[in-house]
Amino acid sequence: MRYSYYPGCSLERNASAYHVSAMEVAKPFGVEFAEIDDWNCCGATEYISLNKMAAYALVARNLAIAKNQPGNNQTLVAPCSACFLNLSKAEQYLCEDETLRGHINTALEAGGMHYNAGGLSVRHLLDIFVNDVGYDAIAEKVVKPLNGLRIAPYYGCMIVRPGFQGVFDDHEQPVALDKLMKVLGANVVDFPLKANCCGGHMTQISEPVAMDLINRLLKNAADYEADILVTLCPMCQLNLDAYQADVNRYFKTSYHIPVLYFTQVMGLAMGMSAQEMGIGKELVDARPALAKIGVEVPEPEPVKKKRPAKEELPMPLMPEKE
Amino acid sequence: MASATTQARAPTFFDQVVAATPGVSHLEMCIQCGTCGGSCPSGPDMEHSPRALFAMIKGEMREQVLRSNTPWYCVSCYYCMTRCPQEIHITDLMYTLKRMAIREGFSKESSASDAPGFSQSFIGFVENYGRSFELGLATRYHLTHHPLEVYKMAPMGLGMLRRGRMALTPKPIKGVNQLKAILNRAKQLEEEEYAL
Repeated sequence: MRYSYYPGCSLERNASAYHVSAMEVAKPFGVEFAEIDDWNCCGATEYISLNKMAAYALVARNLAIAKNQPGNNQTLVAPCSACFLNLSKAEQYLCEDETLRGHINTALEAGGMHYNAGGLSVRHLLDIFVNDVGYDAIAEKVVKPLNGLRIAPYYGCMIVRPGFQGVFDDHEQPVALDKLMKVLGANVVDFPLKANCCGGHMTQISEPVAMDLINRLLKNAADYEADILVTLCPMCQLNLDAYQADVNRYFKTSYHIPVLYFTQVMGLAMGMSAQEMGIGKELVDARPALAKIGVEVPEPEPVKKKRPAKEELPMPLMPEKE
Repeated sequence: MASATTQARAPTFFDQVVAATPGVSHLEMCIQCGTCGGSCPSGPDMEHSPRALFAMIKGEMREQVLRSNTPWYCVSCYYCMTRCPQEIHITDLMYTLKRMAIREGFSKESSASDAPGFSQSFIGFVENYGRSFELGLATRYHLTHHPLEVYKMAPMGLGMLRRGRMALTPKPIKGVNQLKAILNRAKQLEEEEYAL
């Protein structure tokens, strides 16, 4: 099976572990994700707040590239929930809104492009694994079941809502990730807030609102004694992982819940090493939790020693006089 | 039977909001049930619930609507939109109100006045390079909006850098000039549409 693949900006750097693990985990199933040429950002939730035409034109360039990619099967896979939403939403609105379609094609023409909306199916990476590869095929590849690891499956919002091209799971109580984690042998804990929002960009806009939203999720996972949270979106991972220390400071809590991508834990269950899965890039250390299932994670690279303090103030180095 | 002789009238605020929203917004269908506000994770921090805001739009309360912090506190989680019994595209309407508030200068007066700046910093990198650039975004946005609080970001930023999760320099896409041409044309079209 070969799919066109839109990684999105986050997967280039911040969520590189998600990209690497997804590629590795797909191989044993004969699934190939072919990255589309020279894609651009999807605009996240920012461009649409500033300029409607530019926001849709930005996404339409990606859709046009995907559709004209040689050998594409009219399915475009996105691992990031925000990219998935923006791509599927633009495809849908360009199909149903004739005026918008006309304007966007006028804009695309300025770059020598055209987009015939319709027929492109935008799907999330999780959808591909659970529905195309299937639970049974995944079960067959499990060699190191995650027995004893308590996992809280976190979906976030945009993978299940609103479903511009239809949804593959329930809007409010999705189960696909729960089932996948069970297939891997994990103990899936009840996680009532599994489809609640991580706050998205609110960390940058209102600290109290963002801290409250992240705290709700961490508290819910901690209440059900989860060892780790498993996510399918780089924004959710960033908020829950990188801001966990801030939440602990803000609410004087002491959460220590590592946040991994579903592809990373799939790889571990399939016998791949923690290193191959990019584990170690998370800010909340996953080693204590993974030790429970006998997974060894290499030590993080030692922190470089601080430069010895100089007596005088730091000054730019000047070339020595001869 | 509807008369074919409806008189031309100046577009109302309600008309403008609907026209600026892509697809079919169903805004006129609101039955004031309040499911949206009750479903909203940041609802308690909003000055008006979406329901109240929609009533205000129908009441032509342009300024009060565009001054409200409500659209800026929308986290785009789409709970309201999937639960709305009238299938109103609430999240898309919030984006429309954000664009109008910026254009008409009201966003500066809302209690979430930093939000447009964050969007602009983010998009600045996308327009110039084709992709987002997290390190540049974090530094540019915080230095221009919260210069005295930059130190708060330092521990997390260093953690991200140390783990190779942030690039030090932006990497432009090959078709960056093509993208710029497309976006510039799109912006002209946005101006033309707004002038109508």
